[in-house]
Amino acid sequence: MDIFIQVVYFIAAILFILGLKKMSSPVTATGGIVWAGIGMVAASLVAFFEPGVFDNSTNLVLIIVAIAIGSGIAYATAKRVQMTDMPQMIAIYNGMGGGAAAAIAAVELVKMAGGHHAIGGTAQVLAVLGAFIGAVSFSGSAIAFAKLQGLMNKTIRLPMHMMINLGLFVLTIIAGMIIGFSDSVSIQLVLVFFIMALVFGVLFTTPIGGADMPVVISLFNAFTGLAVAFEGYVLGNAAMIIAGTVVGSAGTLLTQLMAKAMNRPISNILFASFGSDGDAAAEEDIVGSMKEVQGRDAAIMMAYAEKVVIIPGYGMAVAQAQHKVSELTKLLEARGVTVKFAIHPVAGRMPGHMNVLLAEAGIDYDKILDLDEINPEFPTVDVALVIGANDVVNPVARTNPDSPIYGMPILDADKAKNCIVIKRGRGTGFSGVENHLFYADNTSMLYGDAQKAVGELINGIKELQ
Amino acid sequence: MIEIGGFTALYIFMLSAFTGYEVISRVPVILHTPMMSGSNFIHGIVLVGAIVVMGSAETVLEQVIGFIAVALASGNAVGGYVATVRMLDMFTPKENNKGEA
Repeated sequence: MDIFIQVVYFIAAILFILGLKKMSSPVTATGGIVWAGIGMVAASLVAFFEPGVFDNSTNLVLIIVAIAIGSGIAYATAKRVQMTDMPQMIAIYNGMGGGAAAAIAAVELVKMAGGHHAIGGTAQVLAVLGAFIGAVSFSGSAIAFAKLQGLMNKTIRLPMHMMINLGLFVLTIIAGMIIGFSDSVSIQLVLVFFIMALVFGVLFTTPIGGADMPVVISLFNAFTGLAVAFEGYVLGNAAMIIAGTVVGSAGTLLTQLMAKAMNRPISNILFASFGSDGDAAAEEDIVGSMKEVQGRDAAIMMAYAEKVVIIPGYGMAVAQAQHKVSELTKLLEARGVTVKFAIHPVAGRMPGHMNVLLAEAGIDYDKILDLDEINPEFPTVDVALVIGANDVVNPVARTNPDSPIYGMPILDADKAKNCIVIKRGRGTGFSGVENHLFYADNTSMLYGDAQKAVGELINGIKELQ
Repeated sequence: MIEIGGFTALYIFMLSAFTGYEVISRVPVILHTPMMSGSNFIHGIVLVGAIVVMGSAETVLEQVIGFIAVALASGNAVGGYVATVRMLDMFTPKENNKGEA
């Protein structure tokens, strides 16, 4: 039996890696998640045949009830959630995984406190380390969820927040080391350790602004992977070690890619707030003024253009305007206008967030271009339509070395012949930097919610027919 | 349960880490969010550990914590799977998802 269990775990590990690999191409991606899913089901089923699980019928019933509750709630929420809210759902499912890893360690440590012999050696240290990382991922992801869900709008900063965090971190590590290296532990110390780790996760995440949350969620994703790998070592389960470590390194790379696209070192995102150094930066004098345009006039501009590039941003996601954008695209194409989409790597709340939304609205992914592909084309573009994006089209990033966003790769919407910007109000983007694009001579501002504004454009084009 | 010695584990960690790095480094930007969700699903394997630990629980406290572990882990696995499939479905060729939206 034991050989059978190990063989299934081994196959599951292969399926996870192949599944992830298949997920890296749009053509095979759906198959990839199915492969990984088969591996997961197989591994979970054989876990019941691990020694001891079938011996205690109470535990067996409790396991089944817990699976029913956990998967029932997750299934219902994951099915119902709007695509625009996906990032926070990923955060919460990720937090659950971290919490589970921490709880596994908690059971092992409680057993030790209850008089069982010590786990011993490396395994005991890794159990505690996994517990710490998992608990931080759990409470941190919960805060990330609350922020993205709009339950918590302010970035809370305590006085001397950094010092408190550092102190709490050191105390938690000390408690962890005492637990990790001793032969017997007290249940009180284990409890204090877990509470400190959870509070640290909260305090670590609260000062980070909502716009930086994708990077943080990705980081917590990597954290959970590591925690799972460490608990896998404790349980002698190679499938957990492999799957956890693969996710740990993949998540770390993804975090780096995101931070790089935002042109900010990860340390900057985690340990400093964006606005604070932005305010002090020297503002260049702004030439010109913002010109407002009516929906109908903007529609005429687009209807008689040859080439239109649409640049969607967070504003489109918030207003759920992707279906309207798709309708607009079809109308323009019916008139013979070439329509392309330009996606900045950090547009929206996650890399690829815009692609998911546009795909949902039925826009072919070969029309969707990324930064390097589209930027050389802008001088030949008649109209660049910016929908709820701001910092990612701010030319200041190219021109003003003093600006906090200087050096960030941007979409060159300012090089298009005309630029229409749909925007809710006159405020700045999340970086707090004035956008010089809005003041340019060839830029017109169409104020309003993205859904409503795109609706006006659609009506404007329909009237021409 | 198999015995995994310290150095064997270290080798597994090292090779898995390189694997994860290699696999994700070729992913196009358009798939980053589904990829994040997919990797989120894969650490749902923690469910296996939760089942094993819960199965060995002896006291009520251990059962309570084990119960939480299993419930959270299955939430991770199921939620991660459904979310990923929903996202990836949008990237499948048109004729399959014309009925939706």
